[in-house]
Amino acid sequence: MVVGCLQGDCHYISGNIRARARVERVLAILGKIGIGGERLRMFNLSAGEGGKFAAFAREFVDSIREQGPSPVNLVRAGSGQPAEAEGGR
Amino acid sequence: MITGTEKPIEEILAMVEPYQRLILAGCHGCVTVCRVGGAKEVQVLASTLRLAREAAGRPLEIHEVSLERQCDPEYVEKLRGLVGGYQAVLSIACGAGIQFLAEKFPATPLLPGINTGFLGVTVRQGEWSERCQGCGDCILHLTGGICPVTRCAKSLFHGPCGGSVRGSCEVDKEIPCGWQLIIDRLEALGQMENYGRLKPCKGWSSARDGGPRRIIREDML
Repeated sequence: MVVGCLQGDCHYISGNIRARARVERVLAILGKIGIGGERLRMFNLSAGEGGKFAAFAREFVDSIREQGPSPVNLVRAGSGQPAEAEGGR
Repeated sequence: MITGTEKPIEEILAMVEPYQRLILAGCHGCVTVCRVGGAKEVQVLASTLRLAREAAGRPLEIHEVSLERQCDPEYVEKLRGLVGGYQAVLSIACGAGIQFLAEKFPATPLLPGINTGFLGVTVRQGEWSERCQGCGDCILHLTGGICPVTRCAKSLFHGPCGGSVRGSCEVDKEIPCGWQLIIDRLEALGQMENYGRLKPCKGWSSARDGGPRRIIREDML
C-alpha cells in the first residue's frame, strides 16, 4: 500500500503523480509475472485525513486477506500450485 | 546516446526459461541515462525474474552486476572470472555491448534483455528522440544543425517532398517535417545561401550500405 499526498497538493509539485505512474508500472509487472497486481494499491490522502487512511488500510487488508498468501509464499511453504506468468514456459 | 526500450517481461521469461543460474549485466553508459539498462534496472529486472520464477516453482539464481561500459574490453574483462560459474548472461546493455560480451565469452550464451533503439537525445525526462543515423559524412554545418538524413522520413537531401503539410511530415502529423525545420533555422540564422550549397548527391559509401563499418586510428594503435 502506497500513500501519496493529494493530487495538486504535493510538496514536490508532481512527485505524487510520478509516484502513481511508477506504482502502476510495478502493478503491471506483478500482474504479468503471476503475483497479482491487486496486491499493490496507491491511495492519495492529506495528512489530516486520518479516518480515511484507516478506512483505506482496512479495505486493503481485507482485500489482501481475501486474495490469500502470494504465490511465492505458497510455493515456499510447499502448499500451492506454481503460478504461471503470462507467456508461460 | 544509444537509446533502448525494455523487452516485454514475457519475452525475457521465455528466454531465461532453460536456465537456473545466470548473470544479469547492466551498463553504466547510455542505457543508464535512458533508464533501461543501468544498475537500478538490473535490480528491478532481477527482482521481477526471481519473483516470477519462484512463483512458478522454478527458482532462478541471478548474479547482479553493472559494468562501466559493456563496449570496452577493460570493463568487460571484469566478468571473466564470473561467467564460468553461470549458465548464461542476460545483458541489458545496447546491442553493441551484448555482442561484445558474446565475442569475449564465446562459451556462454548471451541473452538480450532490452531492444536497442537509436542515437538520440533526451527531450525531457522520459522522452527520447532520434537525431543521428551515423551516416559517416556529416553536413550539419550546411543544414542549420538539423540532420536531413534523420529528421526527414525519406532522408531527402534537397528540400521537402510533397508530403510536407503545414510543417508536419506525411508519415505522422506529430513528426515535424525535417526540411521545414532546416529552412526555418537557415532563415533565422541568415544562412539560406547554404540551401544551394548542398552536395549534388549524397555519398552513402560511408554509411551502413557497405556492411559493418570500422574505424582505425593509426595514431592510437
